[in-house]
Amino acid sequence: MTQVSMTVNGKSVSGDVEGRTLLSSFLRDHLSLTGTHVGCDTAQCGACVVHVNGEAVKSCNMLALEADGADVGTIEGQAAEDGTLNVIQQAFQDHHGLQCGFCTPGMVMSAAALLKDKPRPSEAEIRKYLEGNLCRCTGYHNIVKAIMAASGQDVSSIAAE
Amino acid sequence: MPKDSGIGASSKRREDVRFLTGAGNYTDDINAHGQAHVYFLRSDIAHGRINSINTSAAEAMPGVVKVFTGKDFEGVGGMPCGWEVTDRHGAPMQEPPHPILAQGKVRHVGDPIAAVVADSLEQARDAAEAIEVDLDELPAVLDMKAAAQEGATLVHDDLKNNICYDWHLGEEDNDKINGIFANAAHVTTLDLVNNRLVANPMEPRVALAEYSRGTDEYTLYTTSQNPHVIRLLMCAFVLGLPEHKVRVVAPDVGGGFGTKIFHYAEEAFCTFAAKACNRPVKWTSSRSEAFMSDAQGRDHVSTIELALDADNNFIALRTNTYANLGAYLSTFSSSVPTWLHGTLMAGNYKTPVIQVNVKAMFTNTVPVDAYRGAGRPEATYQLERVIDKAARELGVDPIALRRQNFVTQFPYDTPVALTYDTGDYHGTMDKLEAAADIAGFAARRTESEAKGKLRGLGINCYIEACGIAPSNIVGMLGARAGLYDAATVRVNATGSISVMVGAHSHGQGHETAFPQVVADMIGIDESMVEIVHGDTSKIPFGMGTYGSRSLAVCGSAMVRATEKVIDKAKKIAAHLLEASEADIELKDGQFSVAGTDKSVAWGDVTLTAYVPHNFPLEVEPGLEETAFYDPANFTYPAGAYACEVEVDPETGKVSIEAFTAADDFGNIINPMIVDGQVHGGIGQGIGQALLENCAYDENGQLLSASFMDYAMPRADDVPFYGVDHSSQTPCTHNPLGVKGCGEAGAIGSPPAVVNAVLDALNSGGKAIDHIDMPVSPSRVWTAMNS
Repeated sequence: MTQVSMTVNGKSVSGDVEGRTLLSSFLRDHLSLTGTHVGCDTAQCGACVVHVNGEAVKSCNMLALEADGADVGTIEGQAAEDGTLNVIQQAFQDHHGLQCGFCTPGMVMSAAALLKDKPRPSEAEIRKYLEGNLCRCTGYHNIVKAIMAASGQDVSSIAAE
Repeated sequence: MPKDSGIGASSKRREDVRFLTGAGNYTDDINAHGQAHVYFLRSDIAHGRINSINTSAAEAMPGVVKVFTGKDFEGVGGMPCGWEVTDRHGAPMQEPPHPILAQGKVRHVGDPIAAVVADSLEQARDAAEAIEVDLDELPAVLDMKAAAQEGATLVHDDLKNNICYDWHLGEEDNDKINGIFANAAHVTTLDLVNNRLVANPMEPRVALAEYSRGTDEYTLYTTSQNPHVIRLLMCAFVLGLPEHKVRVVAPDVGGGFGTKIFHYAEEAFCTFAAKACNRPVKWTSSRSEAFMSDAQGRDHVSTIELALDADNNFIALRTNTYANLGAYLSTFSSSVPTWLHGTLMAGNYKTPVIQVNVKAMFTNTVPVDAYRGAGRPEATYQLERVIDKAARELGVDPIALRRQNFVTQFPYDTPVALTYDTGDYHGTMDKLEAAADIAGFAARRTESEAKGKLRGLGINCYIEACGIAPSNIVGMLGARAGLYDAATVRVNATGSISVMVGAHSHGQGHETAFPQVVADMIGIDESMVEIVHGDTSKIPFGMGTYGSRSLAVCGSAMVRATEKVIDKAKKIAAHLLEASEADIELKDGQFSVAGTDKSVAWGDVTLTAYVPHNFPLEVEPGLEETAFYDPANFTYPAGAYACEVEVDPETGKVSIEAFTAADDFGNIINPMIVDGQVHGGIGQGIGQALLENCAYDENGQLLSASFMDYAMPRADDVPFYGVDHSSQTPCTHNPLGVKGCGEAGAIGSPPAVVNAVLDALNSGGKAIDHIDMPVSPSRVWTAMNS
């Protein structure tokens, strides 16, 4: 066991982990931050995306020890203190960008990373960026639409609310 | 104007807040104090005889609590099948045992041989590597037609052959149907493969079981679409436990698509092991494990024949289908190629003579069961592909050929055992032609050709039988369960309402849509109504969510229970208003006396029900009612879909340029949610048509056992979809007039995509009759260059 320390959603945390403990396991099992989901074992599905030092990272594909000293952001830290949804979360609700909710944390975290680098992405850019995030419920229609809306684009002409 | 609340409003989903903030409560998020973890040692070969299993080294490994093998389950029931199909000769299907852990043989890659329970998952996994299994590998039974031959290797040694059943529906007179085909003006024949799929809900399956010696009670948390069904099957048929001692909880569930209907060995194992180890036992499937253990979908091989007269009227249809059931019978697997497939072969058409022949086969593959659409996509795919081929052969417009043969009079009795209550197939096609701008296709094709691309337009019509099902009918057809549902409407003293429902929401938005109905009926705000689901200790016995049944069946129970509540509340209101019950009207949450200005509010009546100081003596206090609803018929959603593709002749790559759906779902409660359901179904259908394939090699090795190998549709594989559901013919036999929308997209889209690809390829001047799904670039390129 090795001690690991990091900042998660603005709070300092630490824990004893095995060398093989994944960041996703550390978040879920040690910190009970179960909003980060694990949907595959090959770093394909993206349900586990978190931010590490501002970058979108698949937390199932990073050892907890690799995140020692890092600034980690998870879905639990996205809404305001009073529970108000951030602009991306709100757009997902407004445009029905989620159904079962399992891929949603990863989608929101990926969308946040995309919009930080590219404030008004095109539909094609969003679809390309989301290649690492699988959703089985929505057919992606309302996810893409929600991200366009979150970036301030008019989505009223896109079929079906 | 769109409504802003109640029936017909696109109310935003209340469940979204917890899902968007990481506050969902999925099964893997639940941990029990002192829990142990189980790791299943699974077969890495498709077929083999187990000579011995030595677990002694594993048992001595650090953290190991207990190691289980098939021996520990001798005398325990196997996994049951919920539907007994009768074959063409009146004999019951062959029904082999399906043990929790392998006994004697392994029959597919992933078949569980042993289970290690340990303090941690890592310790369990490490110990599993120390188990010594002595196996003799046997030839793998894979090809369905070969498996049906005399002398084929047997998947189950005790069965007479690998054919579970040889089933028939429709025309019984072979001479008659042969005569129609022999004398028809035109016959179109097509050999088709409906590719095997894996449902792949994003949340893998999980089971966590607890047992208390103090109370002799069990709690099983599991990823299920129907917790009461799991409890009944597990208690009555597998473990022999009294239901009142077992609580099954399906909390937030991350998608199901059918594959979480079934009762799985891992659920029964964890429940059994929790008592045996006197510790909570948890299993969390990895994705690779899901590919080897979740029931898979489709996998039919069919020959479909369509006979037409000289005026292009359909005069007979015949299918000969082989359906793969895999190694064991999963919970509802036997019903899928039969009553959920054969009955749909009439489609939207008035073909007078139809014959369906199905051989269901055991093979050394993962069991196959219902996946979104379940039998109906397989029927639709055959029918709509052969119609398109006939149109090409006859040189007629595929839309015109379909329209000419549409059923137009309702109710309509098909030759394959269904009665369609209502529909408007021409009206729905009109909506499609407008929404998809079919008239503008020629110009779009010219534009594509100018870029060096081939463009195709594919049309598809579908009908489904949803809202399953009338219990008396399915009972006659072999179902070993009723298919009603139930709801309890509990009005609280201050007027808010909890509705306990048998349906389960795992993405469908019941927590939002169901309250819209109850609130609308009473005239109160939706926020005053809450839905409780997914916990057998809280909800009445309902059959759960699948087959697009939630609103049509459970929603109908909810309406009936709410009506009972309103009837009783009117009695109380009449007492308070000193009026006759017959004169009491309920509107906007106010009970009033007709023709007067006397009224009393909903909340005053509900408070009186629980504080009955001034109360009618003949009425019981309280305000809570339950209703069970058994539907009178199936519901029949129908639609017309159009897909436009571009094919790159250099690479064979297909891109979906436009996809438009026109559906008739009857009445609609929440249009936003309905659109979302259609989007998701189309996404999965495009996946089947272009990308997805569950592949086994010649030894039965599963080649597609991860998302690296199994091509799930991604955001850049699909376009924005056009969805029109303004064609609405309400269901005639349920109180809401609803038909169900969950499976339509997955049923309607694969033929539209493939028909579009073939239209594109044929536009290039080369006659190409057929291409199999998934329509990969290599298949397209090969078809174009062969």
